[in-house]
Amino acid sequence: MRAMVYRGPYKVRVEEKDVPRIEHPNDAVVRVVRAAICGSDLHLYHGMMPDTRVGHTFGHEFVGIVEKVGSSVQNLQVGDRVMVPFNVYCGTCFFCARGLYSNCHNVNPNATAIGGIYGYSHSTGGYDGGQAEYVRVPFADVGPSRIPEWLSDDDAVLMTDALATGYFGAQLADVVEGDTVVVLGAGPVGLFAARSAWLMGAGRVIVVDQLEYRLEKAREFAYAETVNFAEHDDVVVALKKATDGLGADRVIEAVGAEADGNLIQHVTAAKLKLQGGSPVALNWAIDAVRKGGTVSVLGAYGPIFSAVKFGDAMNKGLTLRMNQAPAARQWPRLLEHIQAGYLKPSDVVTHRFELEDIAEAYHVMSSKLDGCIKPLIVPSAA
Amino acid sequence: MPYTARKPPLPETPDELRARIPGWGADLDPAVRPQVPRERTDLETGAHWDVPDRQEETYPRERSIEHEQLPPVFGTAQPLHGLSGAIRRFAYERYSEGRLAHWLLLIAGDRVDAAEAHLRSLVTLRPDNPLTETGVLAEPRRHPVASRRGRPDVRHQVLDPVIVAGPWVLGAVVLVEALRALRRR
Repeated sequence: MRAMVYRGPYKVRVEEKDVPRIEHPNDAVVRVVRAAICGSDLHLYHGMMPDTRVGHTFGHEFVGIVEKVGSSVQNLQVGDRVMVPFNVYCGTCFFCARGLYSNCHNVNPNATAIGGIYGYSHSTGGYDGGQAEYVRVPFADVGPSRIPEWLSDDDAVLMTDALATGYFGAQLADVVEGDTVVVLGAGPVGLFAARSAWLMGAGRVIVVDQLEYRLEKAREFAYAETVNFAEHDDVVVALKKATDGLGADRVIEAVGAEADGNLIQHVTAAKLKLQGGSPVALNWAIDAVRKGGTVSVLGAYGPIFSAVKFGDAMNKGLTLRMNQAPAARQWPRLLEHIQAGYLKPSDVVTHRFELEDIAEAYHVMSSKLDGCIKPLIVPSAA
Repeated sequence: MPYTARKPPLPETPDELRARIPGWGADLDPAVRPQVPRERTDLETGAHWDVPDRQEETYPRERSIEHEQLPPVFGTAQPLHGLSGAIRRFAYERYSEGRLAHWLLLIAGDRVDAAEAHLRSLVTLRPDNPLTETGVLAEPRRHPVASRRGRPDVRHQVLDPVIVAGPWVLGAVVLVEALRALRRR
């Protein structure tokens, strides 16, 4: 089969690989119909995540058709059109039994601090991902779900991470009616978090980024006020002024490891890999939220420490909430919202690439060329 | 105005927001939010086992020393091999996830892995090609100038080619100097 393959920092290509096989009785093999590149894939692409091996196939956002099932699979059949949450999880460990699917203890030998994720290095279990023609899906009875007939592949693939994570983030922020919510980052997750904040009854939503085309999307798609941090000497002061000096009730950090806005932080983290991630956005969140407020962290960071302003967080009495989203837990309610016409996931899609053009797709996404927000990948066997 | 108890007024009323924004307030009640409460034991996962069957371990699978046993299911992509494999195995066997050395060794393993793979590729029919694999050939078709105009992040994008090409240039310089030193002997 054809599959995206990592060749080292900033280098990917498509290679021939063996079609995945059933390795466990509850495995399935899924023929990928649609995959996506996530902003967090760029952390792998840039060589920031430890134990990212040459030959690894990225891709934790994908939907497809069930091609094969293992002997114990009961809930899926060959031919089913399924969406697969980005989390690999067993459904029965201590954490899964409490709904913490992204923290599953039974799927990642390489680390206990994080569960399993498709195509996200060996630090999350060493599973090849979905930017390929086929992918192995462990615990097929647990994670994947049949896609309702009325939901398109393009919409469904956004359910597997970006939409579910943005919606999750707004819930972590504990938004109550009338809250002022600041969302840092106008990528797909930030845009969905902003939309979700309205669902929870926010009174104001302000999205912060430095890319004007993304802020335009935040105004149109997410009905948000916007702040371009590049236009302000000090964006925290700008946000304080915008909130009458109070600060935002809730801040959602949807940026993560490669945050810009401070050259030293960005270069030491994203270029020199001396930190687990550049905590610029996280520090802005801590500074821009009001005392007693909540910071919801969706951005992905590596396991090495980052220079976070923890003293301010303590002194301000903040609640910091964070996790990888348990994507499938969000699906029933999200499907209701989509059916009601409140959300159209594929509205954030800007680009579509053939799998064979994967290097171009990564470069366009990484360098933010051509107004790129969300690129989809279409395998040739789709 | 945090000097008084009054909360700053909002620019729009709930009715105005409801009229303007699709679905405004649909999840006002925390009870309809999937994450409330955070930990729930009543969710149906589809699992029909108490303990999952164990996947066969077909090669010595590395694991964090914080795991008492190999978990029942694991990825089998890219087994450890070569010098990078030895570095990574040492990181897993010697240091817990709480130790900086664990992660720094894994990152060192990544760099060695990339160098090993690039060198290996030179003796194959498909050597690494920085032009095609970095995707830079897409630039002319993707509005390279207009896309970057006025963007402050462009200042550190110029570092990207240095990161990709730098180790090779450095390697070449070291090689040339080594050859010169040999010739002088």
